[in-house]
Amino acid sequence: MTVLFGQLFTGISIGAVLLLIALGLALTFGQMNVINMAHGEFIMAGAYTTYVLQQSITGAGLSLVVALPVAFVVAGAMGVLLEILLIRRLYARPLDTLLVTWGVSLMLQQLARDIFGSPNVQTRAPEILTGNVALPGGLTIANNRLFILALALAAVAALTLALRLTPLGRRIRAVVQNRDLAAVSGIATSRVDRTTFFVGSGLAGLAGVALTLLGPIGPTMGTNLIIDAFLVVVVGGIGQLKGSVIVAFALGVLQATGEYLTTLSVAKVIVFVAIVAFLQWRPQGLFTLRTRSLA
Amino acid sequence: MSDERLDGLSVRDVRVSFDGFTAVDGVSLEVPAGDIRFLIGPNGAGKTTLVDAITGLVRATGSVRFGDEELLGRAVHRISRLGIGRTFQTSSVFEELSVLQNLDIAAGARRGWATLARRRRGIPDEVAAALETIGLAGRAEHLAGTLAHGQKQWLEIGMLLVQDARLLLLDEPVAGMSHEERDATGALLETVSRDRTVVVIEHDMDFLRRFARSVTVLHAGRVLSEGTVAQVQADPRVQEVYLGHPVDAGSAPTGREA
Amino acid sequence: MTAVTPAPPGTAVDPAPAGVLPPGRSPGRSRLRTAAGFAFGAALLFAVAPLVLSDFRLALLAKYLCVAMVAVGIGIAWGRGGMLTLGQGVFFGLGGYAMAMHLKLADAGPGGMPDFMQLYGQLDELPLWWRPFASPWFALPATVLLPMAVAFGLGSLVFRRRVRGAYFAILSQALAAAMVILLIGQQGTTGGTNGLTDIKGFFGYDLDDPVNQRMVYFIIAGTLLALLALTRQLIHSRYGELLVAVRDGEERVRFLGYDPATVKLVAYVVAAGMAGLAGALFVPAVGIISPALIGIVPSIEFVIGVAVGGRATLLGPVLGAVAVAWARTALSERFPGTWTYLQGLLFVVVVAFLPGGLASLWALARRRDDGAEPAPRGWSVLGRRRAGRTEVPAA
Ligand SMILES: Nc1ncnc2c1ncn2[C@@H]1O[C@H](COP(=O)(O)OP(=O)(O)OP(=O)(O)O)[C@@H](O)[C@H]1O
Ligand SMILES: [Mg+2]
Repeated sequence: MTVLFGQLFTGISIGAVLLLIALGLALTFGQMNVINMAHGEFIMAGAYTTYVLQQSITGAGLSLVVALPVAFVVAGAMGVLLEILLIRRLYARPLDTLLVTWGVSLMLQQLARDIFGSPNVQTRAPEILTGNVALPGGLTIANNRLFILALALAAVAALTLALRLTPLGRRIRAVVQNRDLAAVSGIATSRVDRTTFFVGSGLAGLAGVALTLLGPIGPTMGTNLIIDAFLVVVVGGIGQLKGSVIVAFALGVLQATGEYLTTLSVAKVIVFVAIVAFLQWRPQGLFTLRTRSLA
Repeated sequence: MSDERLDGLSVRDVRVSFDGFTAVDGVSLEVPAGDIRFLIGPNGAGKTTLVDAITGLVRATGSVRFGDEELLGRAVHRISRLGIGRTFQTSSVFEELSVLQNLDIAAGARRGWATLARRRRGIPDEVAAALETIGLAGRAEHLAGTLAHGQKQWLEIGMLLVQDARLLLLDEPVAGMSHEERDATGALLETVSRDRTVVVIEHDMDFLRRFARSVTVLHAGRVLSEGTVAQVQADPRVQEVYLGHPVDAGSAPTGREA
Repeated sequence: MTAVTPAPPGTAVDPAPAGVLPPGRSPGRSRLRTAAGFAFGAALLFAVAPLVLSDFRLALLAKYLCVAMVAVGIGIAWGRGGMLTLGQGVFFGLGGYAMAMHLKLADAGPGGMPDFMQLYGQLDELPLWWRPFASPWFALPATVLLPMAVAFGLGSLVFRRRVRGAYFAILSQALAAAMVILLIGQQGTTGGTNGLTDIKGFFGYDLDDPVNQRMVYFIIAGTLLALLALTRQLIHSRYGELLVAVRDGEERVRFLGYDPATVKLVAYVVAAGMAGLAGALFVPAVGIISPALIGIVPSIEFVIGVAVGGRATLLGPVLGAVAVAWARTALSERFPGTWTYLQGLLFVVVVAFLPGGLASLWALARRRDDGAEPAPRGWSVLGRRRAGRTEVPAA
């Protein structure tokens, strides 16, 4: 029983990380149908932001709190820049966008190497996040994992509310559902796109901050994350956040269970096979927006 | 094609719904072999969706038979191989292939892999015949993307001919055409219907009056009226649906959808 | 059609019109030109290169030509078929590992175990799945058939369910990631991160001997020419025209009575076979196969050469792949950082602003020479064009 709960929580905490790295992607992919391969490097940017802030702010707790908004803005600004310079010129060519942003991600990685050096760097976690919470039944849960879970859920909640309640959110949803109609209804779609990109990339920055609690920071950390993030979005279905939320946790639990029963590497293969099998059943992902448009 | 059977289309109680919205609501109609049936109705009446259902693009309940074959429940390409061909509201030729290549591909669904692996030499007979019929013999080598709008529509019809379709479902074939092009298209339909059954979705009432042999009016997913052009025009329900504008005033909505 | 699904592959508008002979050029003349082209290529690869290049450079060229074979396959799948496959490393790796396993076993002698297995010392005997590779009659066909089988398995599942465009690209990339993790995780039987190294013999020939290295080069050059001939036949065949039609209007093709899934599957499987063959020949040429050569990064690097040369052309992928691989060697040793920036820039500039690759510049120049004849739509160098895409609602 304890083992079961332990695995379940491991799965949920893997899922929380997946969710954090996929959330921004779900937003940008859903809205613009473009694949931004540099999303992983925005995560990296968030992580390095935390690292830099720790150089000047000595309190690990304070620097983490400061890093969250700063990383959001830094990564968001990078996203907007990318959107303006390249992505919006490529809207009708999603596959080409994928390759172009891959090129951008290569350059950003090298930039990180030039600034911070190739070896990984480490941040200090604040005192309160290093311990464990003991649950009845001998179960312990790491504080940093709990923090990440809370952060992921808070991000989902904030995003959902923003999409529902703010005028900007309504505009975003309108563009997701029918870009042309939104455009002729007087919505400045290109401004909405840019805002979406800012928020989506900013969320990657948040994820980067969270990841500093789990391991070292390095120039290539994004490459490994990006595929997992995309799989979450692809399986979750685009245009709606709830698909990504469910799938992130489901894949997390599957990965944890697979790891427990076999090994890490075999578990990865199991997850891949499960995804292909799932797409047999729902090729468009778990949730899809059903509209009819010839464009 | 004279050795082929001439079959009719029989649609019984077909329903299509999208997430609770019923776009086609129990439509039944019989199109006898060799007919030129016009399908009209206001925007959103379900005309295109009905054709989608017949060709397997959307899931539907009820029954659609062409000759002896039940169509519902089959995959799109299998329905096509039974001799059912369609065009789309938007032109859908392969713009980066030549006219000849477009037709050759349309002619080829029954070819084996041995033929597919080889290069096309010369022009197959049925393709040459179709090029004549649609009047594009002089442009065989041109990229389809460089054709005028009307010529693209004819190329689409030509593709149905070489495909050996015995039932042609044409979605607004003359939308956006000039008067001369419309006349040419009408003449083409008459030629083609000698050994085929033709269903045309059209908003152009002028075109309808000249070339329809029979008409079905759809409204809100149901059949509102059916008969000859004169009968349908005289039907008060039809006039009402067209917002009080009598159909024969020629002011019914014309093709405007892209 | 759901508006938010990834647009069909045709949207990644392909700049080069497919296999259409420009009007007025006779097939006879074109065949003559092809023959001349092949003769020229053969002379270059078989006579000029061995004469002017040192042994070291020739070995490098052999390596590049292997990359070019993968590129030819990507040209078919992506350039002609619209399937952006970001996981060709998987097939390259399957071919490479199959060959390396055989050569390792041959080096170890009958009944012997490869050196690394003894090193890790966890195994008393050869794992079951290694055994068939002792026989060349199994291993050699496996280098091609194994990748083809995997491509067939994955392809028939995803194409039939109309998983395409970006979705397909991501899945193919995830496959590469999964394969690398698996290889690294099973260190005892796969050599882990190191891969299979230190391969000394090639069917009885000592690979340290420069004469034998030369022979390997000739085998590779000959294979590449053969693959090019095959590809030429493929893209000019009726199937080749059909493949382009599927790329530009998958749903439309369905209504003509074809199953596009089958059409795409063939191209994908052929591309996988070519990558497998390339991997198999890479092993004797370079002496190693390892996860670092087949993962996400090398897989996507295979694509850049194709994009640079011209994805939809016959020779573009080969020339682009060789050029990029050569530039990489030339630059990355001296300025590793600079090369990474340059590579990134290549992706951005070529794909965004010259989607037809260098081939489209070449075509443009030729058209200038020919004079009057206006460029047909679709040759736009900037690839801003949206036409050429056949829209049909998807089920
Ligand atoms: N995939 C779909 N999802 C949701 N609703 C749909 C879908 N396809 C069609 N509809 C709806 O079904 C109704 C019928 O549409 P249909 O295109 O068949 O009309 P039509 O008679 O062809 O109209 P038009 O003359 O404008 O072409 C419309 O209200 C349309 O919005
Ligand atoms: Mg319609």
